Amino acid sequence: MERLKLATIWFGGCSGCHMSFLDVDEFLVDLIDKIDIVYSPIVDTKEYPEEVDLCLIEGAVCHEEHVEMAHHIRQRTKLVCSFGDCAVTSNVCGMRNALGKPEVPLEYAYVTLADTNKGIPDDPVIVPNLLEQAIPLHQVIPVDHYLPGCPPPAERIKALILHLLGLGDPLTGDQLKFG
Amino acid sequence: MSVRTLTIDDQPVSVEEGASVLDAAKAAGITIPTLCHMDGVYDTGACRLCLVEVEGIPKLLPACSTIAADGWVVRTQTERLQKYRRMTLELLFAERNHVCSACVANGHCELQTMAYSQGMDHVRYDYCYPKWGMDLSHPLFGMDHNRCILCARCVRTCWHIEGAGTKNLAGRGAGAHIITDMNEDWGDSATCTWCGKCVQSCPTGALFQIGATAGEMTREPARLADIITARRKKEWNV
Ligand code: SF4
Ligand code: SF4
Ligand code: SF4
Ligand code: FES
Repeated sequence: MERLKLATIWFGGCSGCHMSFLDVDEFLVDLIDKIDIVYSPIVDTKEYPEEVDLCLIEGAVCHEEHVEMAHHIRQRTKLVCSFGDCAVTSNVCGMRNALGKPEVPLEYAYVTLADTNKGIPDDPVIVPNLLEQAIPLHQVIPVDHYLPGCPPPAERIKALILHLLGLGDPLTGDQLKFG
Repeated sequence: MSVRTLTIDDQPVSVEEGASVLDAAKAAGITIPTLCHMDGVYDTGACRLCLVEVEGIPKLLPACSTIAADGWVVRTQTERLQKYRRMTLELLFAERNHVCSACVANGHCELQTMAYSQGMDHVRYDYCYPKWGMDLSHPLFGMDHNRCILCARCVRTCWHIEGAGTKNLAGRGAGAHIITDMNEDWGDSATCTWCGKCVQSCPTGALFQIGATAGEMTREPARLADIITARRKKEWNV
């Protein structure tokens, strides 16, 4: 059997979902002959490759670069999975949305609460522009699978991967719990 | 007292006259999902989660607030009902700001439990992200409007179990919200007895004990029904 080409990436998240992914421990070793991690913050590939089988996307879509990358991934990937509550619901990243324009929380964080160097960073080459709202991934590109949880427990990640390898059932019941 | 006999999901069941379809389903051992229903207070049919199909009646009926009738053939689990239940839940999530990971009720929330038990893995509607605040003026209890589903369990509890009439519903549509007295800060209320029954009745993280942080709010709404039962049966000598 050909190995499943797996990619993982984080958008607006805390990297907690990826920490949880590492918590699958020796299951990663079991996966060695079934899976190739072709792109991820935990490997060293710079370019997102062509013909990826599965991409786990952590985090909400928060700024312009996330939107661009999401479309790029969708074009090159068979199955896209919203990985964790931020990707599925916008979660903590979306808490800014109710406050109004993105400038409101930026002003608070970088001016009101700053002790030194007060000022909102605004170099678009270095810091991409925030979207009006931080939104769930499926509002930007079609998503095939959802893996809720903040972060999704390692067992749940394992269950989804086994399911996608044709070795287990789809997630049901409290495997779909948010939070 | 006369008896009503009906069929629910192919199972015959008899209940006393005046019993709801929900009561009848319970008697038959069939679970119908509910959120605004709470034992101990009357039903209002506010959440529409308990909708069922009755043969010969074109519209869907809320099981909690529909009186069971003789000869009815009721279905509770059809594909159409499951589709509507999921839509109802998704609309509840889209309407306010539900951030389970940061919520006092995480892990003990009836809305959250209902969502995953109905297979809701994401919300297809755009979230509204409305701007709602909190009322933290009461020394013992807090209200977070971001988590409220307007089930009015707290209102019915405050009026009909505690008898204080402090909690009320104000506004219409998306602007509807829970208020204290004539829309005052909860801490300034002259009618609130500080009993905490509303907090016990709340299915979500909207009402909580001051000081509770993420995942810490547990509650036992069944104890409110116990109070009513004890009163009716005069189980307490005072
Ligand atoms: S009230 Fe329930 S569903 Fe809403 S954020 Fe809190 S735990 Fe989640
Ligand atoms: S604490 Fe008791 S009296 Fe006060 S609002 Fe809640 S139910 Fe009503
Ligand atoms: S505060 Fe709680 S009990 Fe009251 S209407 Fe809102 S969700 Fe229901
Ligand atoms: S439980 Fe029947 S409408 Fe809410």
